[in-house]
Amino acid sequence: MAKTVKVYSTPTCPWCIRVKQFLSENNISFENYDVGADQAKAEEMIQKSGQMGVPVVDIDGTVIVGFDKEKIKATLGL
Amino acid sequence: MHDLIIVGAGPAGITAAVYAARKRLQVLVISKDIGGQAAWSGDIENYTGYQFITGPDLTAKFVEHMRQYNIALKENEAVTGIKKIQDVITITTDKGSYECRSLIIASGKRTRDLNVPGEKEYKNRGLTYCATCDGPLFAGKDVAVIGGGNSALDAALQLVNIASKVYIINNVSSLAGDAIMREKLETNPKVTVLNNSQIKAVLGEKFVKSIRVLTPEDEKEFLVQGVFVEIGLIPNSEFAAGLDKNKTGEIKVDSRNETSIPGIFASGDVTDVPEKQIIIAAGEGSKAALNVFRYLSQHKF
Repeated sequence: MAKTVKVYSTPTCPWCIRVKQFLSENNISFENYDVGADQAKAEEMIQKSGQMGVPVVDIDGTVIVGFDKEKIKATLGL
Repeated sequence: MHDLIIVGAGPAGITAAVYAARKRLQVLVISKDIGGQAAWSGDIENYTGYQFITGPDLTAKFVEHMRQYNIALKENEAVTGIKKIQDVITITTDKGSYECRSLIIASGKRTRDLNVPGEKEYKNRGLTYCATCDGPLFAGKDVAVIGGGNSALDAALQLVNIASKVYIINNVSSLAGDAIMREKLETNPKVTVLNNSQIKAVLGEKFVKSIRVLTPEDEKEFLVQGVFVEIGLIPNSEFAAGLDKNKTGEIKVDSRNETSIPGIFASGDVTDVPEKQIIIAAGEGSKAALNVFRYLSQHKF
């Protein structure tokens, strides 16, 4: 079954762009939240990850900070 | 024994690798990351052939180009030392050691740390080195930008549209960036510039709550939730002991990109070449590779 993937990002951050590119290239559908525009989602991201750096990727509850390609691959089983 | 090892995989290292591979040199690239500072750049509008491209997209193009050739790549590996004994150059890393006939150092630059208490603890907990990335998270908050050069002013200009108050903590007597940027900031009511002032500590609980600043009058505490560090870059040249460097640590190279040790070349931002640009780094990388080829042909190892 497909995993639920959420990306917390800002439109300007290079690693956010790369993480979204990576997911798209691997045909992983995801929900993107712009934490610059959406204050509630920003709070949610800070709560989940305990920090304020973007991007944050949430894969079925596993929270990954930054574009950690290896960890994202392992969590998705790619 | 490799013909050539390249340290770094930013624009200089990748371009050098492509040129070396086209000369049929047996090349190994060792790097901590791919793309270097270019991968962190926002919008690029001065790389010929692209009127507009983002840093990540240009990096992806570089990598795609490199993958057309048989180039060995060790990623996530940090070089810790180099030495040359007779005609053999040995590279040691955090994972092993490698031998080669020639070397190109293209390890670039990194952001300079503040070196004050609280910096490490609050990294990504209010303290950041990338205003472009993390700026939008500080909507309606009070923030401080540390630094007074162009990158600091650029960060401050991005932040005045987001934050409610922006302090600029500058350790010399006036801001150093471009006049047009300075004027925009100095006339903005949200901005307070503190000249001749030094950050002493970053304080908080789970996240940043304040900074302590030594001003010309006394040491004061400023309540801020964000700290943006923009105090310039330093060359990744520490591992290259024994090479001639300038006073900022940049590796000295001649017009053929050769360092003070024959067979060891360098290119891009880690060198003393004037002007640091993606296109210059790429050009310097190609020049280094061509001169490596010449060096190897002349020596017939």
